[in-house]
Amino acid sequence: MTATHTRTSTPTAPSDRKTTYREAMREALREALGTDERVFLMGEDVGRYGGCFGVSLGLLEEFGPERIRDAPLSESAFVGAGIGAALAGMRPIVEIMTVNFSLLALDQILNNAATLLHMSGGQLPVPIVIRMTTGAGRQLAAQHSHSLEGWYAHIPGLRVLAPATLTDARYMLAPALADPDPVLIFEHGSLYNASGELPADAGPVDIDHAAVRRAGTDVSLITYGGSLPKALAAADDLAGGGISAEVVDLRTLRPLDDATIGGSVARTHRAVVVDEGWRTGSLAAEISARLTEQHFYDLDAPVERVCSAEVPIPYARRLEEAALPQVHGIVAAARRTVGDPVPASGADETKRQPVNREGGPR
Amino acid sequence: MSTTRTRCASRPATRPNRQAAHRMALLKSMLRVRRFEERCVEMYSAARIRGFMHLYIGEEAVAVGVNEALTADDAVVSTYREHGHALARGVPAEAIMAEMFGKVTGCSRGRGGSMHLFDVGRRFYGGNAIVGGGLPLAAGLALADRMTGQGRVTCCFFGDGAFAEGEFHETANLAALWGLPLLLVCENNLYAMGTALARHQAQTDLALRAAGYGMVSWAVDGMDVFAVEDAARRAAEGVRAGTGPHFLEMRTYRFRAHSMYDSDRYRDKAEIEQWKERDPVEGLARRLREAKELTDKARSVLEDRLAAEIDGAVAAAEQAAEEPVEDLLKYVTSPVEASPP
Ligand SMILES: Cc1ncc(C[n+]2csc(CCOP(=O)(O)OP(=O)(O)O)c2C)c(N)n1
Repeated sequence: MTATHTRTSTPTAPSDRKTTYREAMREALREALGTDERVFLMGEDVGRYGGCFGVSLGLLEEFGPERIRDAPLSESAFVGAGIGAALAGMRPIVEIMTVNFSLLALDQILNNAATLLHMSGGQLPVPIVIRMTTGAGRQLAAQHSHSLEGWYAHIPGLRVLAPATLTDARYMLAPALADPDPVLIFEHGSLYNASGELPADAGPVDIDHAAVRRAGTDVSLITYGGSLPKALAAADDLAGGGISAEVVDLRTLRPLDDATIGGSVARTHRAVVVDEGWRTGSLAAEISARLTEQHFYDLDAPVERVCSAEVPIPYARRLEEAALPQVHGIVAAARRTVGDPVPASGADETKRQPVNREGGPR
Repeated sequence: MSTTRTRCASRPATRPNRQAAHRMALLKSMLRVRRFEERCVEMYSAARIRGFMHLYIGEEAVAVGVNEALTADDAVVSTYREHGHALARGVPAEAIMAEMFGKVTGCSRGRGGSMHLFDVGRRFYGGNAIVGGGLPLAAGLALADRMTGQGRVTCCFFGDGAFAEGEFHETANLAALWGLPLLLVCENNLYAMGTALARHQAQTDLALRAAGYGMVSWAVDGMDVFAVEDAARRAAEGVRAGTGPHFLEMRTYRFRAHSMYDSDRYRDKAEIEQWKERDPVEGLARRLREAKELTDKARSVLEDRLAAEIDGAVAAAEQAAEEPVEDLLKYVTSPVEASPP
């Protein structure tokens, strides 16, 4: 069902409407700016340029340069300024172009945003929202392609979100802003153009819980963000081979929703964690450890992990593809958990990803 | 625009024909950058080049002029907008094109692409896409030279946007404090992506600010290759003479959008057209024609040679092999000697 225009005042049941992840994000920003005067958007090229991924296009005209604030290339300074503004009662939304560049602001995020509340004995909450893109897949080479959200998920004091669906893109911002503590939102670069129907009854989104995106009985594919579409495609593929995969979208990377993850594994008894971060010390490692701690007796097979190869993400297309989790790799891992390890399509799996199991040549 | 065009006093007078040959060489070098990048646009449209690609068109005089002041022994640290720097440094067009095609013959073996060109043999240290990220590296290269008593210069290119990063200010302070042999070349093209200089710098006279660190600093007309060359020679000589880091603010302009993804909505078409009247390549060609140093015939010979060179680079890149996927993990860590049995 598509509505080309929605009349907000229509009393009859509203219909689903077609949108994109990018537009859903923009709509969320527009709503936040329109409903709370304390909210402002700040970051590199969010204004005149329209946002480096086009998310904030048009907002400058609507809300003016005070609230759609172009910042200099000074990640540490403008993230720190956002933290200061939050301390002073504002509700800043700070955009960092990519997670790679956020490292220039890591000190502010870790040593101030995440820490001030605790260090001040509860006196200094930091209600800031920091958005950034993450992930690979567009041949942008190492300095624009890493998935470091797992690092941020390591830090107590932060809430870390990864919207993977249109609904989450549209409705995660409001609860993030309502959170009294710092919230980081990671947007996978490959999702902005994703389009589909935004359900009319979507939202508000629960940022405490993971979501089961597809029910299944044989294996749980646990993932988030840009890997969700791959996990869903893998589930389709597995269904064709008679394997019923449940797909869990973590949605909130910190705090992890143990109950939903564990509940799924208690049903399926097998788990594959798909994470675009590097395998070593990854979010996937954390989830795997928790499953072992909490669900050892539920498991019928070792937990499998499909992660990025232990290599800075390369530019050349086939090297980049080989470095990232792919559908065939997820399918192969899922098949291994059910004791059916020789899939026709994934037979060359170990050859194509020689790297996922161990580290480098050392 | 305040420009410094003082002739370098210590520059040896050269005979006119040598000067004319030099001027032709400058033209050729700038035209190579221009034509190479124009071909890159075609290759990008044909999806042979992917990822982010940032063109240098309009800024050629800076790379070419500065390179004239450097020797093969000096080092160059560059940004993601580095095709011009790499070509001026002598990195073969073939190795650059192959890199952009993601081929194994590329100067970074296909792992870097347009934004990460490296050629250590030519002391070309990339290719850094973290804005300002190259500055501390350059200080380190200079420090090493200083500590080992080498009379070399490290030249670091960066943009006006990078001037806002802490990396610039920390590096400038360190370099001035320690008197490092560093040549800082700020390419002020008036925009950091879509943000105009006056909207990202409190004080837009960048040379003035750099001077605050105790560095010799000049603003230079970056559209005039002679002005660039003179200033760079003077600065490099100062650096070599041990007077510490020097800062050059090259006032220039990029004629194209920030990257192939940019629809360039944030600046006036009229402004672009105005700057194009100061096109550094055609400007030099015009001057050489007026001085009767460049005939139409010579120009077309030059163009043909460059076209053949770039055709060759494209053909070679097209035919080159891709790195086998089995080699994905190569170059993550250094190879270690096989341990004894
Ligand atoms: C630390 C960091 N922040 C943001 C970016 C995104 N970015 C890439 S180029 C650019 C503009 C840089 O402008 P400037 O330094 O003036 O160089 P120019 O592109 O004009 O040559 C930005 C914001 C980045 N690559 N690195």
